[in-house]
Amino acid sequence: MAVRQKNNRGILAEFKDTHDLLVAAAKVRDAGYKAFDCLSPFPIHGMDEAMGLKRSPLGWMVGIMSLVGAGLALLLQWWTSSVAYPLVISGKPFFSFQAYVPITFGIAVLLGALTSFFGMLALNRLPRLHHPVFYSDRSAKITDDGFFIFIESHDEKYDEKQSGDFLQGIGAVSIEMVRGDA
Amino acid sequence: MQTFAGIIITGKIPGENLNTALNELDHTYLYDPPLIEGKPSFATISAEISDIVEKKTPRPWFLVFGFTVSLTLVLFGCLGYLFVEGIGIWGVNIPVGWGWAIINFVFWVGIGHAGTLISAILFLLRQKWRTSINRFAEAMTLFAVICALLFPLVHVGRIWFVYWFFPIPNQMQMWPNFRSALMWDVFAVSTYFIVSALFWYVGLIPDLATLRDRAKSGVRKIVLGFFAMGWRGGNRQWKHYEMAYLLLAGLSTPLVLSVHSVVSTDFATSILPGWHSTIFPPYFVAGAIFSGFAMVTTLGIMVRRIYHLEHIITLGHLDKMAKIMLATALMVGYAYTAEFFIAWYSANDYEMTAFMLRAFGPYAWGYWIMISCNVLVPQLFWFRRLRRSIPVMFVASILINVGMWFERFVIVVSSLANDFLPSSWDYYKPTIYDIGTFVGTIGLFLTLFLLFIRFLPMVAMSEVKGVLPQAEPHYHDNGKE
Repeated sequence: MAVRQKNNRGILAEFKDTHDLLVAAAKVRDAGYKAFDCLSPFPIHGMDEAMGLKRSPLGWMVGIMSLVGAGLALLLQWWTSSVAYPLVISGKPFFSFQAYVPITFGIAVLLGALTSFFGMLALNRLPRLHHPVFYSDRSAKITDDGFFIFIESHDEKYDEKQSGDFLQGIGAVSIEMVRGDA
Repeated sequence: MQTFAGIIITGKIPGENLNTALNELDHTYLYDPPLIEGKPSFATISAEISDIVEKKTPRPWFLVFGFTVSLTLVLFGCLGYLFVEGIGIWGVNIPVGWGWAIINFVFWVGIGHAGTLISAILFLLRQKWRTSINRFAEAMTLFAVICALLFPLVHVGRIWFVYWFFPIPNQMQMWPNFRSALMWDVFAVSTYFIVSALFWYVGLIPDLATLRDRAKSGVRKIVLGFFAMGWRGGNRQWKHYEMAYLLLAGLSTPLVLSVHSVVSTDFATSILPGWHSTIFPPYFVAGAIFSGFAMVTTLGIMVRRIYHLEHIITLGHLDKMAKIMLATALMVGYAYTAEFFIAWYSANDYEMTAFMLRAFGPYAWGYWIMISCNVLVPQLFWFRRLRRSIPVMFVASILINVGMWFERFVIVVSSLANDFLPSSWDYYKPTIYDIGTFVGTIGLFLTLFLLFIRFLPMVAMSEVKGVLPQAEPHYHDNGKE
């Protein structure tokens, strides 16, 4: 059954502990599912490999933006002190780059930090206050002590019956069909 | 032959006594004690921490809050009068142009440093014990930096010109002087504030989601849901989240070291004897971490007692913090000594006079309070029993912060008061408004801290859960895989 279903559905399967979730995640990945996620109250060591996720590109974003910040800060200090408002202070050259280091560094860190914050939100598509997972009453356990796998209905291999049985087969403690429109 | 925790014991074991003694030794020194005591489950961690902010406000909280808010009103009163009258209401005069305002500024910025050290540097060093204390230490940083930022803002006297600090195009076509250490300070401290706030908030997101999911009332659900931003706890989110946290830690680490170095250049780039010294940046950073850890200890001891968190903020945490304080105390002690040595070794009359006056001049009492509190008191921390004694740690941590305030007093006042022209020497005294402003910032700091422990989880729940033994997948497979 390959009929595309509405996007606000999915199967929520609970697992006993971090170990079971880790093992199950690898099996779900090997079964060819793409639109699934492992939900847990804290990040689990080794889960990225188990799910087959690539490294977050955030480091590159932050690195580049920090350099941009450093460049802009240096440009600002050069332009204001040498072009817009040149003043002789203690007989030093207008472009005294040594004195510009602290602010250049500060702005680089500032832009890097802002990028890591807003970049993280953007990559996670947050803020997003709606998600099929939230329709389940058990979603509150995710942020407490529950370990879940959620397969979204728009996954190509998604099938309520088969996917449910599959999750049961790999050790799920309980299975719930989540329906947003129900 | 018997192998015992890596030690090979040959020959006969003489009776039970040795075994018992070795067991005890093993327990105390050879194995790391659990980070969180009492083997809690994940659910008890969320319940215990969330419970504090979910149950009805206890009556003593209101009493203390009323007191700290009153102190904050004293601050606002002093500032209001300052804005009307100008800084003439303070005890500053030439040559002591920098009085309590700058002392307090350096004092508060310094306190903030421990929070960032715990959240960033200990994170990079994989010191897992930090998870119990990092949240409230970060909050402490934030509030201390707010108090600190207040002083440079108001010490300019005419606060309505404070935008001159920033490179904003203006009708005068003037720009700030970026070659001045005071400008570096503006950028360093404001960056520090923003980065600390971001770091703190990123850490809070999963915990806000926990509170959101536990919320009963509609208003709580909406407010917490708004601030949790729809956090789901999926590993696809954790992946970016952990990277962001790592990057913020990596950015904050050089930042925290640079902030107090920059603060120290406010002094060190001048030509004043007692200030013009290359030891200042590392000396200031060590002192900042020293005073910050003392403040974390003071607050931690009170919080764990009042909210019964003794199994989360354990004696082991106090022990480790005492060791860091001891190390940094030795660093500042070394700096005090090195300064004297260099003053003598420089053979510079002005430098030598400045230091002789520091230790034996009109402000010698401040100098010896500083030495007693910062160098002598921490020597108690050589002893394990004292590091694990609540009364000793509590009193010592408060004395250290007294000492660190006096360190800044000694640096600022004793260097300025006796300048190159003896005819201008006078005895510097603060006025009631100096004192009121400082006491007021203590009130502001405590008010913000009380609001924090009332409304936000003071222990990072998701991080504490992550360091519990059962969080590690291999805990469950009994070493099979």
